[in-house]
Amino acid sequence: MKKSNIILSGVGGQGILTIAAALSLAALRENLNIKQAEVHGMSQRGGAVQSHLRISDGRIASDLIPKGRADIILSIEPVEGMRYLPYLSENGLLITNSKPFVNVDNYPDPDFILGEIKKIKGSIILDADDMAKEAGSVRTSNIVMLGAASPYICVDTGSIENALARIFDRKGHEVVEMNLRAYRMGREAARR
Amino acid sequence: MDKLLLLGDEAIAQGAIDAGLSGIYAYPGTPSTEITEYVQRNSYARQNGLHSDWSANEKTALEAALGMSYAGKRAMACMKHVGLNVAADPFINSAMTGIAGGLIVVVADDPSMHSSQNEQDSRFYGMFAQVPVLEPSTQQEAYDMAYAGFGLSEKFRLPVLMRITTRLSHSRAGIIRKEQLNQNPFSLPDDPRQFVLLPSIARKRYKILLETQVSLEDNALKSGFNVLREGKEHKLGIIACGIALNYLEENFPAGIPYPVLKIGQYPAPKRMLQDLVSACDSIMVIEEGYPLIEEGLRGILNNSPKPVHGRLDGSLPRDGELNPDLVGEALGVTGQQGPEIPEFMIDRPPALCKGCGHIDTFKALLEALEPYGPGRTFSDIGCYTLGALPPYNAINSCVDMGASVTMAKGAADAGLFPSVAVIGDSTFTHSGMTGLLDAVIENSPVTVVISDNETTGMTGGQKSSALGRLESICLGLGVNEKHLRVITPLRKNHDHNVGVMMEELKYQGVSVIISRRECIQTAARRKRSK
Repeated sequence: MKKSNIILSGVGGQGILTIAAALSLAALRENLNIKQAEVHGMSQRGGAVQSHLRISDGRIASDLIPKGRADIILSIEPVEGMRYLPYLSENGLLITNSKPFVNVDNYPDPDFILGEIKKIKGSIILDADDMAKEAGSVRTSNIVMLGAASPYICVDTGSIENALARIFDRKGHEVVEMNLRAYRMGREAARR
Repeated sequence: MDKLLLLGDEAIAQGAIDAGLSGIYAYPGTPSTEITEYVQRNSYARQNGLHSDWSANEKTALEAALGMSYAGKRAMACMKHVGLNVAADPFINSAMTGIAGGLIVVVADDPSMHSSQNEQDSRFYGMFAQVPVLEPSTQQEAYDMAYAGFGLSEKFRLPVLMRITTRLSHSRAGIIRKEQLNQNPFSLPDDPRQFVLLPSIARKRYKILLETQVSLEDNALKSGFNVLREGKEHKLGIIACGIALNYLEENFPAGIPYPVLKIGQYPAPKRMLQDLVSACDSIMVIEEGYPLIEEGLRGILNNSPKPVHGRLDGSLPRDGELNPDLVGEALGVTGQQGPEIPEFMIDRPPALCKGCGHIDTFKALLEALEPYGPGRTFSDIGCYTLGALPPYNAINSCVDMGASVTMAKGAADAGLFPSVAVIGDSTFTHSGMTGLLDAVIENSPVTVVISDNETTGMTGGQKSSALGRLESICLGLGVNEKHLRVITPLRKNHDHNVGVMMEELKYQGVSVIISRRECIQTAARRKRSK
């Protein structure tokens, strides 16, 4: 049985909806069922945002993932992933970018945060911003993170690359190539 | 046919287009905005000239949709729940006139108030107007109901209210489409007096509306949107309305052991309710919103023949959005849970974007008001409402669209001076203009700051009806030219802007200060699309 319950998290504007769109398109191509709940409106303005993405070859009832049932929390920001820890399943993975997004005064010490994340069973930390710069632009850090999670998601990597190509197609060949580079770098890094 | 991956909102739009929609009318409002935006983007809709421009407010939208229905065509009006308060007059009265071409009024409720002032449940409006109400449980059903809703509307010659909530509005799933229907031909109503609600005619129309109720109930039993499912264990019967059904099913992956009545069409199917209540020892009602069915079952004397559980007895929370965990808990299904949220977790509330013009407007206003002390700034609905939060703490009210101007006037009438309104450009043309007219007529000492970002920002940058018209509107309403000031909210203009504001705050009459700078999000999008 194929099944992935994924919580995507970050701060408004970090591009979690692009990750959701790529995975949904890829899953649709493989004829899998999808439900993907996202946040629009007021909370998008620099606030905490999340998306519940469910992919399965069986029927999906709820648009929201119940607590303790997320296979993956994929976070573009270290603190934001921890906000959804109660949703993580027993064997679930917390895959997070190490680069903090600081837009509040009381942001905790980043080194302390990373230490806390390392204590969580099943956590994978990578510096997506660094890899994104190497791929061509720091703006592709969300795609690096998608790559990092991709080995653990029930969708073929070919379908995800195909979806990325379709999403970035209208921005031109170079942007497509840059995002594919970012995706592959993330995928490689998480496998190591 | 391939599945389309659509938000609940988009599924409604696609269903309406496929059902032969001729026009959609709306004012943007979370979580309803994406319905109209989808029609605006849709190539079939563009090629076939479907109307999809934004309206000035929800009332004008619903009235225009009713006019399109008068002319025989299928029309849709869309709004958020509080928008239906604005459009309540045409909505209630459209049930009295009835319709010609099919008319669906889509209302997106926002339980848990993710982006709203309250969490009112629009099903009550449907009951109030005595029209059919559709409430989808899935994106596919949202599509199917929009598709079938026009036929339902035309069958009973009544508007249909379609109620959706945030979670379904903004969640995507695969949709299977039906056959594309043609638009209705243009026609005039058979009865030239149908839409004339003079008291003598209105009394007849109301009798017709009342007589139709029996058929509406009968239709609710047969429509297929209400389904009574058998279950092995009869100690409990469950009623699940709309999206609540999904949360229920999530908790019983191997199948629900109890009988379940799924409700998706109102008036509530009485016979199905009777069958469920008589077959089961107690009833659990799961509703996303207010306890409408639950209150009905309990009755005003709380003398239901069987115990009723739900939001009123604490089985489910009295307020807020449902989720699979809350529903599981109510039914005694215990789940697992991951690690606790760490204690060092921070709040990250929404904030005005870095570089936003509203920030410079607030900074100037705060400085200009400093000699007078706090508590004199009434504000409104939009991004600038975030000016209530630190570090600005700049506004003292946010009630409903346009209320800043009228509340400032009322407070001025009570002796507050200076009394200030801060309102956005789109909110001003939505409902601020009429209040400004009140102030002009009495020459009330109010200072109205229109924080003009040349767009409808909070909902994602839709076209503002105020664009290019603010000065002429204000002058046309009678604002004195000398006290209509235009400033550009930039840091380099701060001292000048404070000066202008101080001058106008001193004036014992109506001043309007237009503080104009394009929304940085809209500007960036415009540059990218070039």
